[in-house]
Amino acid sequence: MSEFLTKSRARNIFYGGSLFFIGIFAVLSIDSHLYVVNESTAKAPLTDEVVLGKHVWEKHSCINCHTLHGEGAYFAPEVGNVMTRWGVLDDPDDAAETLGSWMESQPSGIEGRRQMPYFKLTEEEVRGLSEFLRWADKTNTQDWPPNDAG
Amino acid sequence: MKYSSQKVAYAYFVAALGLFAIQVLVGLIGGWIYVSPNFLSELLPFNIVRMLHTNALVVWLLLGFFGAAYFIIPEESEREIHSVKLAYIQLLILVVGTLGAVVSYIFGIHEGREFLEQPLWVKVGILVAALIFLFNISMTVLKGRKTAITNILVIGLWALSLLWLFAFYNPANLSLDKMYWWYVVHLWVEGTWELVMASILGFLMLKLTGVDREVIEKWLYIIVATALFSGILGTGHHYYWIGLPGYWQWIGSIFSTLEVIPFFLMMTFSFVMVWKGRKNHPNKAALLWSLGSATVAFFGAGVWGFLHTLHGVNFYSHGTQITAAHGHLAFFGAYVALNLAVFTYAMPMLKGRNPYNQVINMGSFWLMTGGMSFMTFVLTFAGTIQTHMQRVVGEDFMTVQDQLTVFYIMRFGAGAAVVLGAILFIYSVLVPRKELFTETSGSKPVTGSNPEAQAVLEGGR
Ligand code: HEM
Ligand SMILES: [Fe+2]
Repeated sequence: MSEFLTKSRARNIFYGGSLFFIGIFAVLSIDSHLYVVNESTAKAPLTDEVVLGKHVWEKHSCINCHTLHGEGAYFAPEVGNVMTRWGVLDDPDDAAETLGSWMESQPSGIEGRRQMPYFKLTEEEVRGLSEFLRWADKTNTQDWPPNDAG
Repeated sequence: MKYSSQKVAYAYFVAALGLFAIQVLVGLIGGWIYVSPNFLSELLPFNIVRMLHTNALVVWLLLGFFGAAYFIIPEESEREIHSVKLAYIQLLILVVGTLGAVVSYIFGIHEGREFLEQPLWVKVGILVAALIFLFNISMTVLKGRKTAITNILVIGLWALSLLWLFAFYNPANLSLDKMYWWYVVHLWVEGTWELVMASILGFLMLKLTGVDREVIEKWLYIIVATALFSGILGTGHHYYWIGLPGYWQWIGSIFSTLEVIPFFLMMTFSFVMVWKGRKNHPNKAALLWSLGSATVAFFGAGVWGFLHTLHGVNFYSHGTQITAAHGHLAFFGAYVALNLAVFTYAMPMLKGRNPYNQVINMGSFWLMTGGMSFMTFVLTFAGTIQTHMQRVVGEDFMTVQDQLTVFYIMRFGAGAAVVLGAILFIYSVLVPRKELFTETSGSKPVTGSNPEAQAVLEGGR
């Protein structure tokens, strides 16, 4: 190997190959971006409520306890399919109401059980959050998670 | 130490060690919350604890890289750093930003994407600091001797700084948000940071083993080539279930499997260099950390990464304690241990003293490495049970978690060992003074007094 593969050859392979893979990655990224916009998330419209909900989700850093589509912290349940689990996926009013009373009942204060903080949310914020979670639940995630337990 | 401007590294390393202490202490609190969930639940909820733990980690690793670059580049380029003042300004910005972030997290002020929670002004501060840094090292490198070590280091640092720009892009569409989020997270740890790691490891091997530079540099180019050839498309292993096209399942599985190669090569490289090397460098602790880093990185990133990277496996294990197990050992082996190797190597020179307590330092290596390994094992067991009960059987998340308590207790114990190791490490590099050495060795203060000591001060012989 040492005869053929000199240092400068190795360097050139590194440069050329990296550019090649960056190029492929860029093309696939564009394709994926379009796929998200036109296909996997196209089933549910990205309304102002959904956008507000994403903002609420971020403001309270829910991701640092829960997972969403399997990403985040592993301290609390998956919420990418919580609307399915609660059986309210296609009923916006019921969804907001169920989520609202869940949020109100936290923290449970039960000894020895993981605690979720109380977040002071307005009615619009709760509605946004439930719309955001319904929207996420409708994303085509290649059939993940395997079951409703999330 | 050959160049006086290398001294700036000292300030970076001290700041990094301070954050390292915060990171592991807060981590221990998080571990305790898993055991006793009502602990601090109103004052400091788990999400804030975790944010502090992960952010402190990433920032101190970056501070360590910056410091390492300021230490290595003068020696490689054979000239002083372009501007020492800029280097200190950069550090000041980073420290103010970090402290600002810590305080604002405690008061519940943060953005909301995992690892990117820094308030906007802190993100901008990081960007400004990175630009100052890039300017400063690029000027130094351009005017000096060019080596493969500096070349790869500078490419890695430029690329990771450019990727930071994606931290500012947060689309309203969650799936797009996630897709670009991984540009920062995955393309850092499984791309650009590997370049930084390889070059630092190369530098340490050069100094510690005395193997020919030509040999080391050829290895380096092969290592970083395999890192990027696999790691870029390997991003696909995060694109399976977040709303992206199905073809990522094949691309991600194949290329992320190949990601094991650069980690295997870095481990092989380190051991081969030590076997080939004629030099018997007195800084044994630095060698231990270097070899340890390459080895644990292979297991944490390579083996534990491969464990759940095939899409058929990941379908079940995604987002469970298996992920947590891997994340911990990969970060520790590849980046924590590597930074501690650099600190161990450079600190004696930066402080102008000799043996810093090698026994305590090496003890801290075994405590931390043992603790992290044990933590990884118990989390892997917990994750295996979780995957089966929750993902296969379909039992409710909280019900399953309640049955994993015994593993979380053991994880807490492992974490306590790591914290103890970290404290010993910090003590061993910062506190013992040269008088100590003088006493035990029975010779006069080090400088020029004894060839061993002199060799350490000069970074080799
Ligand atoms: C030093 C290098 C690496 C570090 C620091 C690292 C760290 C991490 C971290 C922190 C996560 C969790 C991210 C989150 O919060 O969602 C993660 C996820 C993951 N890593 Fe790595 N990793 C490294 C290398 C690798 C390698 C080489 C592989 C494959 C061979 C790999 C495979 C994975 C996979 C498949 C996931 C997703 C797990 C899931 O689906 O939940 N990693 N990594
Ligand atoms: Fe990854």
